[in-house]
Amino acid sequence: MSVDTATVKKIASLARIAMRDDEAEAMVPELNNILGWIEQLGEVDTSAVEPMTAVIPNHLRLREDVVTDGNCRDKVLANAPQAEHGFFAVPKVIE
Amino acid sequence: MTELTDLGVAAIRDGVRDGSFSAREVATAFNDRVAQAKALNAFLVETPDHALKAADAADAARASGDLKPLSGVPIGMKDLFCTDGVPTTAASGILDGFTPTYESTVSANLWQAGAGMLGKLNLDQFAMGSSNETSAFGNVISPWRRKDGGNAPLAPGGSSGGSSSAISARLCPAATGTDTGGSIRQPAAFTGISGIKPTYGRCSRWGTIAFASSLDQAGPMARDVRDCAIMLEAMAGFDPKDSTSLELAVPGWEAGLSSDLKGKKIGIPKEYRVDGMPAEIDALWEQGIAWLKDAGAEIVEVSLPHTKYALPAYYIIAPAEASSNLARYDGVRYGLRDLPDGAGLQDMYAATRAAGFGAEVKRRIMIGTYVLSAGFYDAYYNQAQKVRTLIARDFDEAWTRCDLLLAPTAPSAAFALGEKSADPLAMYLNDVFTVPSSLAGLPAMSVPGGLDGQGLPLGLQIIGKALDEQGVLNAGLAIEERAGFTARPEQWW
Repeated sequence: MSVDTATVKKIASLARIAMRDDEAEAMVPELNNILGWIEQLGEVDTSAVEPMTAVIPNHLRLREDVVTDGNCRDKVLANAPQAEHGFFAVPKVIE
Repeated sequence: MTELTDLGVAAIRDGVRDGSFSAREVATAFNDRVAQAKALNAFLVETPDHALKAADAADAARASGDLKPLSGVPIGMKDLFCTDGVPTTAASGILDGFTPTYESTVSANLWQAGAGMLGKLNLDQFAMGSSNETSAFGNVISPWRRKDGGNAPLAPGGSSGGSSSAISARLCPAATGTDTGGSIRQPAAFTGISGIKPTYGRCSRWGTIAFASSLDQAGPMARDVRDCAIMLEAMAGFDPKDSTSLELAVPGWEAGLSSDLKGKKIGIPKEYRVDGMPAEIDALWEQGIAWLKDAGAEIVEVSLPHTKYALPAYYIIAPAEASSNLARYDGVRYGLRDLPDGAGLQDMYAATRAAGFGAEVKRRIMIGTYVLSAGFYDAYYNQAQKVRTLIARDFDEAWTRCDLLLAPTAPSAAFALGEKSADPLAMYLNDVFTVPSSLAGLPAMSVPGGLDGQGLPLGLQIIGKALDEQGVLNAGLAIEERAGFTARPEQWW
């Protein structure tokens, strides 16, 4: 499979990365080169194989459903580019 | 008298304990050496006060007979570990200005063990790279140079290139690294030091900036095997804050060190003899086999038939996980925000991520987004995870015939900066020997074996069964004792 400029722009939009047309065009051969290389995985017969879910056998732990953390609003907001009234502030999203 | 900065972790620990020198003298000596080594660009942030404070605590602890395992030992911290109150960027512009309000478990464990911090070490941006050329804050330079007189700046390896450069230049006796596909082992090999990636789950990932969560694993880098064992004991341990943390006691790896390999079988994976491998690497591998035989081990040839598919599987799985992990950088909660005039929320996300991520990070997010997108998930991601199962089975099969595997760490010695950066695929191929064990979550270590014709270090890699760090360390020690590697870069910086 290979990608064209329109596909690259669509992926960039899904990934929320702004990309000019010339940047998208430059990325087409780069991505096709890599995608062409990873396509060799198609040679491997995996019809009787389960996809890996954990490298080391390990069980998922459960814990009591109790509050173990919190009361640290100011720490959470300390690195926000813009914080107001104890909230993260973003540009207006509703007209 | 030996310079204090020439001492390793064990020598500093023991010297502080028996009063040969004070911890403050050690910290001061390393702080001075770090400050004089700006040409290497190994440190992003210097934290001399942190090192001095830990040193004073160590000297006080000695007086009161209360020394801890790493009392008096100052170390470098890869800037992928969040450190409370100390800027942490993962060498990316998107985290410029981020100062964590919490401490990663691995770094907290080290401070708890008495270590001090000399500073935060440069790396490939978000640990994505094999040469340290993707850092937003400039390349790290290896202290090593080819002996052709050309003085071309060489890559310290990556992604833990600040760590490898700093240790081999004696700016710190040890440092933390992280390994997703070889990021501890390949830089260790390039700079003539040792480094171990433990079994996946040994070291907590909590507070370590995520790249590919099913692969990311922290580990130590130092100048010898014993120092790696001491560091790993302090870093590892169960952490309820990481759902994949192994609920196991930390073995006494240092106390368990033994270079007697009688009764051990060492497998030589035939698929690792790749086309075009330099004769010097092949010769070192043969030498490594001879050393392990001399230590009492029996050598057997084994097959890992899916080896050639490990890299392509890795370059689906790792970018897929990265595209998901790096979705958090949105200009809202931390780091960079780029808000063009009149832009809405979606435009802000896209502008912020375009401005903050470097080219290689964007490339991997794009690949990851593509292979996870509707219609391609089965063909790419699911197929890669199935191949990963086969790669893990290959190792399981090998373990029925041997206890450990021996292979080269990297297919070449260090290359010059700029030599491979134009071709992402050529760069990816550097991890051909390290990626398979990462995909299987196995412990693996690189130790220096010798020098190539240009006077550059070459590393040998030992891969072990899950949880057998001791076996890996012991084989590493057997090689170390026989290699007698004492070469060090001549100081030019």
